[in-house]
Amino acid sequence: MSETLHKTPLHALHLELGARMVPFAGYDMPVQYPLGVLKEHLHTREQAGLFDVSHMGQIRLAGNDAARALESLVPVDIVDLPVGLQRYAMFTNEQGGILDDLMVANLGNDELLLVVNAACKEQDLAHLRTHIGNRCEITPLFEERALLALQGPAAVTVLARLAPQVADMTFMQLRTVELMGTDCYVSRSGYTGEDGYEISVPANVAESLARCLLAEPEVQPIGLGARDSLRLEAGLCLYGHDMDQQTTPVQASLLWAISKVRRADGARAGGFPGAETIFAQQRDGVARKRVGLSPQERTPVREGAEIVDDHGQAVGIVCSGGFGPTCGAPVAMGYVDVEHAALDTPLFALVRGRRVALKVSKLPFTPPRYHRG
Amino acid sequence: MSELRFTEDHEWLRVEADGSVTVGITAYAQDALGDVVFVQLPELQHYEKGAEVSTVESVKAASGVYMPLTGEVVEVNEQLDANPEQVNEDPLGQGWFFRFVPDDADAVTALLDQDAYDRLLNANADA
Repeated sequence: MSETLHKTPLHALHLELGARMVPFAGYDMPVQYPLGVLKEHLHTREQAGLFDVSHMGQIRLAGNDAARALESLVPVDIVDLPVGLQRYAMFTNEQGGILDDLMVANLGNDELLLVVNAACKEQDLAHLRTHIGNRCEITPLFEERALLALQGPAAVTVLARLAPQVADMTFMQLRTVELMGTDCYVSRSGYTGEDGYEISVPANVAESLARCLLAEPEVQPIGLGARDSLRLEAGLCLYGHDMDQQTTPVQASLLWAISKVRRADGARAGGFPGAETIFAQQRDGVARKRVGLSPQERTPVREGAEIVDDHGQAVGIVCSGGFGPTCGAPVAMGYVDVEHAALDTPLFALVRGRRVALKVSKLPFTPPRYHRG
Repeated sequence: MSELRFTEDHEWLRVEADGSVTVGITAYAQDALGDVVFVQLPELQHYEKGAEVSTVESVKAASGVYMPLTGEVVEVNEQLDANPEQVNEDPLGQGWFFRFVPDDADAVTALLDQDAYDRLLNANADA
């Protein structure tokens, strides 16, 4: 029932904008606005889209041992993460499975800002407290801060009108920037494959900032529907769908996210849960891994569809799939046996009892347009 | 244009001058589905009432379209292959799905009329 759902600080604004609301990770969230998913998606790629992602969990870690402590939970270099930079990471379990994926930013002054998935945030907080609660100060900012994402090629033009210095930032940089007279954490990052920003803003300023951004002619509000098709075209994983506790970073094709210094031959090798399993998989390979899949007809192939080879033998499963508006065609990702994971391997998905031809394809489906400077 | 009839599955039917019946989905249905990206149309063959003859794929999900009455499908709207968005933009016109010849021509009149369909929508809205 809707009464039991949480609301973000922008809830009233979503209703005012005519959003269609759906329950998502315990929140009443906009899945689309009157523009509709297709046009919202295309608008984001062509101009700029504003997303309310305040349901995601922001957590601050503080203390001179915070970075080292966090490294005991993620296979990522946090100790040498420069001030003003953020990095993608994941919490692993003892089996090497992924408990959640997250962003970690170094705020300076021995403070780290984590952004975790909405559905996992209480569990992540408990995980942090259990394992590193005695090594640093852990502060959930769930009610205190909202998170807005401004994404698309015009995002820089729009946000620079409010704060010119954001134009100088490059991909994954983070700065404290004054917006609406309030200090915000602004990072040049996102979940669409486009250039853009994510803005951590005090909850009480979120609505006025959102209204201010929406008043710019390039900006449209974008719902969760287009957020999903944008991230899928960008080849980005959605936790709980494209990876979970039973999936390791190696299986999820996220090896790139494991920092060199934390790898088996690195200066600070291992020291995170499941390291031995992950290193063994790196060395010996895995049976199944995540790949891009291009359906060869117009039928979208969706999550859960079985993947078979030309003998009808089951060789995998689709983890995310749908129509890619920018591609103008269906796009999908799935887990397939490694002997079928080579680029251009022909496979089939079973959709309503019918075989839909697929080809293993390169990720992302749309060229990334991150501003690397 | 002859009077429209409706099913509880949010399909509309219109009897044409030659006795064939055109079928599409209602404005309510297309709005609930969201942007349509693909329509799998029926084969030109005889189907029983209730058979799942077509699938509408929207940005959100796949939904079945059912044969409203037993009959022979004689034409499909091939325009939808290239322009599935016509289902959203003009559900009662350019967005039609198929035409069929019912075995029992009188059976169409037993379906919901506009008033009855509107009452169904209102009841759904109140539920």
